[in-house]
Amino acid sequence: MNGGRLVVVGNGMVGQRFVEALRARDTEQRWQVTVLGEERRPAYDRVRLSAYFDGVSAEELNLHTPDDGVELRLGEAVTGLDRDRRVVTTAHGEYPYDALVLATGSYPFVPPVPGTDLPGVFVYRTLDDLAAIRAHAAGRRTGAVVGGGLLGLEAANALRLLGLATHVVEFAPRLMPVQVDTAGGAMLRRYVEELGVTTHLGVATTALRPGPDGTVRALELGDGTAVEADVVVVAAGIRPRDELARAAGLDLGPRGGVLVDAGCRTADERIWAVGECAAVDGVCHGLVAPGYAMAEVVADRLLGGAATFPGADTATKLKLLGVDVASFGDAHGTTEGCLDVTFTDPATRTYAKLVLSDDARTLLGGVLVGDATAYPTLRASVGGPLPGPPLALLAPADAGGGAGAAALPGTAQVCSCNAVTKDDVDAAIAGGCADVPALKACTRAGTSCGSCVPMLKQLLDAAGVRQSTALCEHFDASRQELFDIVRVRGIRTFSQLIAEHGRGRGCDICKPVVASILASLGSGYVLDGEQASLQDTNDHFLANLQRDGTYSVVPRIPGGEVSPEKLIVIGEVARDFNLYTKITGGQRIDLFGARVEQLPLIWRRLVDAGFESGHAYGKALRTVKSCVGDTWCRYGVQDSVGLAVALELRYRGLRAPHKLKSAVSGCARECAEARSKDFGVIATETGWNLYVGGNGGFRPRHAELFATDLSTQELISLVDRFLMYYVRTADRLQRTSAWIEAMDGGLDHLRAVLVEDSLGLCAELEAAMARHVGSYSDEWRDTLDDPERLRRFTSFVNAPDVPDPSISFEVVRGQPVPVRGGPPPTTAGPGTAGAGEPAAVGGRRQPVTLGMPEVRR
Amino acid sequence: MTTASVLDWTTVCPLDRLESDRGVAALVDGVQVALFRTADGLFALDNQDPVSGAYVLSRGIVGSRNGVPTVASPLHKQVYDLRTGDCLDLPGVSVSRHEVRCRDGLVEVRLRQEE
Repeated sequence: MNGGRLVVVGNGMVGQRFVEALRARDTEQRWQVTVLGEERRPAYDRVRLSAYFDGVSAEELNLHTPDDGVELRLGEAVTGLDRDRRVVTTAHGEYPYDALVLATGSYPFVPPVPGTDLPGVFVYRTLDDLAAIRAHAAGRRTGAVVGGGLLGLEAANALRLLGLATHVVEFAPRLMPVQVDTAGGAMLRRYVEELGVTTHLGVATTALRPGPDGTVRALELGDGTAVEADVVVVAAGIRPRDELARAAGLDLGPRGGVLVDAGCRTADERIWAVGECAAVDGVCHGLVAPGYAMAEVVADRLLGGAATFPGADTATKLKLLGVDVASFGDAHGTTEGCLDVTFTDPATRTYAKLVLSDDARTLLGGVLVGDATAYPTLRASVGGPLPGPPLALLAPADAGGGAGAAALPGTAQVCSCNAVTKDDVDAAIAGGCADVPALKACTRAGTSCGSCVPMLKQLLDAAGVRQSTALCEHFDASRQELFDIVRVRGIRTFSQLIAEHGRGRGCDICKPVVASILASLGSGYVLDGEQASLQDTNDHFLANLQRDGTYSVVPRIPGGEVSPEKLIVIGEVARDFNLYTKITGGQRIDLFGARVEQLPLIWRRLVDAGFESGHAYGKALRTVKSCVGDTWCRYGVQDSVGLAVALELRYRGLRAPHKLKSAVSGCARECAEARSKDFGVIATETGWNLYVGGNGGFRPRHAELFATDLSTQELISLVDRFLMYYVRTADRLQRTSAWIEAMDGGLDHLRAVLVEDSLGLCAELEAAMARHVGSYSDEWRDTLDDPERLRRFTSFVNAPDVPDPSISFEVVRGQPVPVRGGPPPTTAGPGTAGAGEPAAVGGRRQPVTLGMPEVRR
Repeated sequence: MTTASVLDWTTVCPLDRLESDRGVAALVDGVQVALFRTADGLFALDNQDPVSGAYVLSRGIVGSRNGVPTVASPLHKQVYDLRTGDCLDLPGVSVSRHEVRCRDGLVEVRLRQEE
């Protein structure tokens, strides 16, 4: 049976993975695949379900990619299975099969408690569930979750994000009873309660009671207390969906689930089961990783292979309500004679436990709460010798301990997502991979959850691979190191820096970097003295160089808010200087075609009208976009324009490793596109959510949620710290998105540094920003006030009144644009350059006019 | 190499009009010249960036590469040897160089035009 009609029941994560695995192997299209899904949506990432409340759309969670060889039928629940005739039945008809794969998943268990059928009581399983919770929560104040396990805490966070005062009720005496032991649970409870979530532990929910409107109003607990709740989420566990198999007479596991062997096949040789609905040798697995493993097994078997389920890695690492929690192996120490090593640090609020074999030589499992940096190494070491002394393994990484990846055995899995062993990584390094991106491309390690990236770096280090951080041939130091040198030693000039810490005369790489560092450290006007020679032409002329050698001018329009009078001045200036005029993506106006000697004349008029430099030319804050917010918009919940203006004025002129963009949206509709910015702010009913690390442009990336429901003052403090930390530690031309991605520990590390002040830097960062804000001065006003500074704005040193004769314009759509005369540029041969013909290789420029219609003039 | 016809010296400006490690443009007999003052002395190249065709080389950043004095085009950062005009990043590309000297505190340029 190596081909024919294959029916897959269920299009969840595992069902989808199975189809992809089969398609990848079935190159001859031997199987004709039909997938029947009960939900109306194709497969989505249920593990990240809660991200829906962080503003991630259903589309972004999508996991399904169409495949010509697969017929996907959604909204079509399977109601019957006839094994004799080999057909499954839906409301639409019958589907014959030669092989049948059950991937029906599980359903939420709702305990038999009165009132669970009231309006306002939900489960937490599908996107539809979440949409219903959100709709019901609107305008309500209190919420409760029945169940304090992994899913319950996720649901509690969701209710929090919806602005509800939230309770969690857990029957066991601790949170996450399956994964975490008593002490770890206590630490977790402290974190959770500090976030304003009230926990009720060791107590059962006995009833749900309605209010006068018939919707749920309160929970009654076993100890007699009542908890007020307008929204209730039941997250008390899951049960396998085995009803089809049961009705068809297939065997079930002792605790439910479709009983299958190690090859994931039922007693019926044509029927298989994968994922949460399957009981492999009698045991169900509620995590996605074992489900994926089963999917691979069945795909292999259907094409004649003999793969078997390798056993489940029940290790989990997750972030719940901002707290790292990890458990792996025998976390509860059930192995006979095992020993515990525990480590509790109330100061850093971390708890860790290792379970060791009776001779203390073999790692059996463990629990980490608060800091899970050691997780990848520890998880990979389960069943093998300890990679170091237990306490050194558990101590926080930056205390110098850290678990040594190099000590792992070669067969240890470094990346469990993609099943990459240490031997695989070492082989790739030996084969020439010299950095993490190369290792990712070569082995796929670190390309899924990314938690093993620090280990990849350790393995590179252990192999003696050193990545040069030298800025250029003139400095061996990285940008960050140079920043510290300049800051700590109080160096104020490039010549001193290169004399003491570099060599040669500098170049177009190191000079602007040092200029930016000096500017960030507040050395005043960016073009005084020697600093002028360090600046790129844009900073040198305080304008943006364009392809024809002219410059563009962008006055600052904070938050995109501009008065009619100022708008008229911009129009008049553009008209009088014959400048091409265009609205930018950052809600301001760009004026093109200015010659160097015109720049001061243009800016005289702009400055007199109250405009300032927009720093469009600088590696600096550009704009803070905004939507109109609650001032006008009927959906707005906060004053987004007011905040955008305040932010733009606060951070204007801040020199950074690269340009900085921001936006503020007045409600979750996100019209300002804040999540595509380096730092974006989205209003909530009670405050502001801060997102960081977004990027448009070449490599688009959504900003990630950094902190929620901040007051304006809290927001400003966090943004101050974020920007200053970026200015101090990022690489040259590294946008915030790449900076965070490259950071050891990523966003979690950033949160530790900037929110929890793990490095004790926050006060200093805020003070540095305060100095910047206090010393800001408009560069163009300063330039106009000083004849010396104005001198550089001349076309020719010996003919300052002669405009550059090479600049000429033609009119397109009523505006001046550079003339593109003559044949397209050709590649220069030796000696041809300098004769007036450009040497660039010309592309093919597409004509864009379509005839009518045209812009009216 | 083509022969170069040598013209007269033209006074351009006082030396102190040139900022150290920075360029300026000058117009000499209708030709745009980029003048640079560095610790290695004065240099003069054609102002036209041979890659883009724009007249911008005088606005590039001055520095060194392996001890060679250089200027980087401000448009796309190709680096040129200030002494020879050869592009160090693109083989076969170069800009014309001109002669420059300082006499009595005045900067003088003499064009070298290839024929």
